Amino acid sequence: MTMQDSSAPGSPVVSLHGVGKSFATGTVALEGFDLDIRRGEFISLLGPSGCGKSTALRIIAGLSEPTRGTVTWAGGKTHREQAIGFVFQEPTLMPWGTVFDNVFLPLRLSGRPRAAAAARVKESLSQVDLADFAQAYPRELSGGMKMRVSIARALVTDPSLLLMDEPFAALDEITRFKLNDDLIALWRALGKTVVFVTHSVFESVYLSQRVVIMTARRGRVASTLAVDAPNRDAHFRTSAEYAGFCRLASNALARAMDARAGAAA
Amino acid sequence: MSEQPRPTHDLRAQVLRVVLPLLVLATGVFAWDVVVRAGDLPPYILPGPGLVLATLISDWPVLSSSLLVTLETTFDGLVLAFVGGVALAMLFNLSRLIELSLYPYAVILQVTPVVAIAPLLLIYLPQQAAVLACAWIVAFFPVLANTTLGLNSVDRNLADLFRLYGASRMQLLWYLKIPAALPNMLAGLRIAGGLSLIGAVVAEIAAGSAGAGSGLAFRIAESGYRLNIPRMFAALLLLSITGIVIFALLSALSHFMLRRWHESEVTRES
Repeated sequence: MTMQDSSAPGSPVVSLHGVGKSFATGTVALEGFDLDIRRGEFISLLGPSGCGKSTALRIIAGLSEPTRGTVTWAGGKTHREQAIGFVFQEPTLMPWGTVFDNVFLPLRLSGRPRAAAAARVKESLSQVDLADFAQAYPRELSGGMKMRVSIARALVTDPSLLLMDEPFAALDEITRFKLNDDLIALWRALGKTVVFVTHSVFESVYLSQRVVIMTARRGRVASTLAVDAPNRDAHFRTSAEYAGFCRLASNALARAMDARAGAAA
Repeated sequence: MSEQPRPTHDLRAQVLRVVLPLLVLATGVFAWDVVVRAGDLPPYILPGPGLVLATLISDWPVLSSSLLVTLETTFDGLVLAFVGGVALAMLFNLSRLIELSLYPYAVILQVTPVVAIAPLLLIYLPQQAAVLACAWIVAFFPVLANTTLGLNSVDRNLADLFRLYGASRMQLLWYLKIPAALPNMLAGLRIAGGLSLIGAVVAEIAAGSAGAGSGLAFRIAESGYRLNIPRMFAALLLLSITGIVIFALLSALSHFMLRRWHESEVTRES
């Protein structure tokens, strides 16, 4: 049965085949993009700005329709049935709502009454260490805390797939390291599939099990790097092993850029 | 950056905000008084500030009942303008076809001077309704324009988020668009408050010349015919104060509703 296969660890949650996206302006964001996202993995899409990695993420989320190719969900479905969480580049919070209101939003939109959802919202907030800030307004929070609220909101529906679009790009390095560690801990604890878009080689290697390196323009997959290291902590961050993976990723990225430049010339 | 406001700096700014305009007022009134006394001007040319104040008190029974009439028109016009402006803006936001069909007429209604419309309205409508209609016509457009702007400037990512979670049109309107547009709506309301008073006054003057009416503006016109200049000034003073109070009340309302979250209401340290 395909149903059984599709729920096993390592089987694809969603597969993109030959996905292309061109906009009305004539810009081609993606072309022939192939990717299998496996259940439970932490995967990064790495590439320079404008390589189409955010477009790929939006297509997976269903926020954007591909102009070519297919997106297939587990069990051969063409439509997504499971809940997903999405974290934008900015915290994207409603400034008029408290932290509680913001995290409650996905449940409110699905028709859950406030009282019934309160426990779940609190749980989600404590997962990102913000249990004490439920009544604060976004403007009272630091950039890192706002991003945590955004993550709590994405987690509140308990989605199996979490999509993150350069969520930490605007944060300072210290905050980013902290949030990277917290994100890994959450991923370990909750067993979600995470697709993480970034333009940072170091962040992608530190976080993910697989780094997908994309070409600079007309985004497609240039190569994939498996980061086979079990422990992700301060020790790993300063290890020769980590540096080695970063070098591999950097080189692969440089090749991906050169290949485009060569083809364009 | 600390969130604590510096109390001394704040206090000084607050005091200056009150004291400086009062100083200007006192100087103006003093100069006015000096001119009247030095030139020995008769009250039918220019009454002194003391006489205006005395007239305000002695004519209070007449003026206060007129004030009530004008206030009622202004308030009704403002409420109708807010409800109508917001409802129309929402309708425009829901349907592009309706917006394209009706927006030009909203503009035409706005750019045609209300002084010119008032006499016509007085022919076709009962006087009270005509005055109200004038107040509404001038006041609804800023609400419509500002609310439309607010509804259209919703954060795109937030809109995507709502789409992601399958929000219905009503949910999108209620939980996203209206709160996002609230600062603009309130800005529109603040402008509309002053305009509604202007609309009421214009219509009252037009109606007054038709021989009826008892609002403050009618009192001014009537006092003018009778060369009762002190009463003209007293009624004008009342109108001015009414305008100021309306603006202050609407500003307070706006502050109260936005104080927790909106940038315009957050005191920032320099």
